[in-house]
Amino acid sequence: MITTRQVTKRFGRVLAVDGVDLDVRAGDRYGLLGPNGSGKTTLLRMLLGLVFATSGEIEVDGCPVPRRVAQVLPRIGALIEGPAAYGYLSGRANLALLDAAGPGGGRRTRRARVDEALERVGLAGVDRRPVRAYSLGMRQRLGLAGALLRRPDLLILDEPTNGLDPRGIREIRDLLIELNGQGTTVLLSSHLLGEVDALCTRIGVLDRGRMVIQDELAVLRAPTGRVVLHTPDAERAVALLDGTLLHRDGDRLLIRDEDPARLNARLVAAGLRVAELVRERRSLEDLVVEATRPGSDRVDLPRGGGGADTNGSAPPAAPSTAAPSAPAPSEPTEEPAP
Amino acid sequence: MIHVELLRLARRPRTWMILTMLCGLPILVAVFVAVSNLVPAPGQGPAFLSAVLSDGSLYPAAGLALVLPVFLPVSVAVLSGDGVAGEAATGMLRYLLVRPVRRTRLLVAKLIGTMSFVLVAVILVAITSYITGVLAFGSSRTPPVSSTPSSGAISSAVTGTSVGTVSTSLSGTPLPAGQLILRVAYGIGYISVSMLGVAAIALFLSTFTDSALGAALGALAALVTSEVLATLDAAGGVRPYLPTNYWLAWIDLFRQPILWHNVQRGLAIQAVYALVFLGAAWANFSTKDVTG
Repeated sequence: MITTRQVTKRFGRVLAVDGVDLDVRAGDRYGLLGPNGSGKTTLLRMLLGLVFATSGEIEVDGCPVPRRVAQVLPRIGALIEGPAAYGYLSGRANLALLDAAGPGGGRRTRRARVDEALERVGLAGVDRRPVRAYSLGMRQRLGLAGALLRRPDLLILDEPTNGLDPRGIREIRDLLIELNGQGTTVLLSSHLLGEVDALCTRIGVLDRGRMVIQDELAVLRAPTGRVVLHTPDAERAVALLDGTLLHRDGDRLLIRDEDPARLNARLVAAGLRVAELVRERRSLEDLVVEATRPGSDRVDLPRGGGGADTNGSAPPAAPSTAAPSAPAPSEPTEEPAP
Repeated sequence: MIHVELLRLARRPRTWMILTMLCGLPILVAVFVAVSNLVPAPGQGPAFLSAVLSDGSLYPAAGLALVLPVFLPVSVAVLSGDGVAGEAATGMLRYLLVRPVRRTRLLVAKLIGTMSFVLVAVILVAITSYITGVLAFGSSRTPPVSSTPSSGAISSAVTGTSVGTVSTSLSGTPLPAGQLILRVAYGIGYISVSMLGVAAIALFLSTFTDSALGAALGALAALVTSEVLATLDAAGGVRPYLPTNYWLAWIDLFRQPILWHNVQRGLAIQAVYALVFLGAAWANFSTKDVTG
């Protein structure tokens, strides 16, 4: 659906996007992650022909961008860096104007299209108030309605749930999953890891303009081959599991083992009490934090070797196999053992 | 995109506020003149104003002369400067471009929008001024108080203005009512076209910034420069090429016969400014990264 080859964008002396090979396949729910200032928005803008790449090639749905972007844009719905509308017009009038501004779609069916888009995002009952009186969440929903207006095959959404409350976020997530089920490819950027975790099937992680991870989420989050065990009989467990024990922290043991069921049977057979036994899985947060350096919004004093850069001095090349530096996931993402 | 732009302008409260103010200025002046019965002596002050006391139906010409030098170009600069920069500031520019609206078409739509506004503004000023004039000063046509036909009054009014180089033989030559309407229409058209240069300059600047105010100020700076150079003898060489130089040539349309020379030069100058700055705007905008 979207392929870029070594796309680079330079703003003056700043290298915003650096040799990125983005690969979004038809039917994906693709999440683009990365710290603030890592080039997510610039990359999305280049896909839409708003920003022109310094070098590299972009192809969206078979059309080279920006050369033939006008051909592919009618099939794309986009929300880029926050919604926008004419504050002195109502939401409905805004959508009607946007609909009329471009090609395709008749005047007679415009009203129906606008109503349908508003209903999809939960603004069906919106009145004639001008947009300037809308709340942040309503504006966000209106922006989404604008993206959905043309029933696009591809949705490119930059931070789609900004300004929404938890219920609103879930609504939009369900909507995106439903649209994806009907064949819409979704590419979204976010720095809310939980949102991407719950929604996306594939992710790409940008760091200072470079793509540092790009893979299926299921592959990235595959079990690490280790098991976390909580037991009140930690001393005896240590003795029993000698050799496979990687780390002990009070009652909590980290064990190298591919088969939690067999391990459990062994522990119980030895008369040990097992409070909790789970496969270790890597959280998205660990993945992203390991692969990236602090965002551009953090400004540290230049100090040799200190501060900001220690984190990402060695971004793992193949994080799905690399050992995590953190001893265990901090999020409750562990899968209970059978 | 063009009809969307026109619709948007028509539904924007600010458009109507500017139109109200444009129409309000001649009304305000009419009230002062009617109450005090004081008008500038012929040859001084705004064109035509000295003649309105004797014939209120001349007031449309006076009204246009009042708004033309400052008020109208300022509103054009504000509106046209808002063109691309205003859309960029609200963020609508990116949504229009991915809708998709071609960048060239967007520029043309913006220029057409501004020029349509000018045309409507000039027509409204003429109509409200006519009504104001007839109400405040009466029309010499209806009561046969004055023996001078109104068209004669127009000619004498023209001779009275500072621009007046009309030969005295034209003074008092009667104009049929049909001719008068035709010439007012010519005048409206010419004044509208006179704003093309300002609109193109403001639109050009508008493609460089996300600040509508900055673009409008830039266009106004160009106008002020032009007006200053026009009064400077040392700059006499460039005077014929200044965008404001032929603005008052519409007065020639009320002479008998019409003096076309300056009108034609004025139209040509505006066309050149429009082409050059629209081309420059296109060159900049079509290769510009839209980050706003």
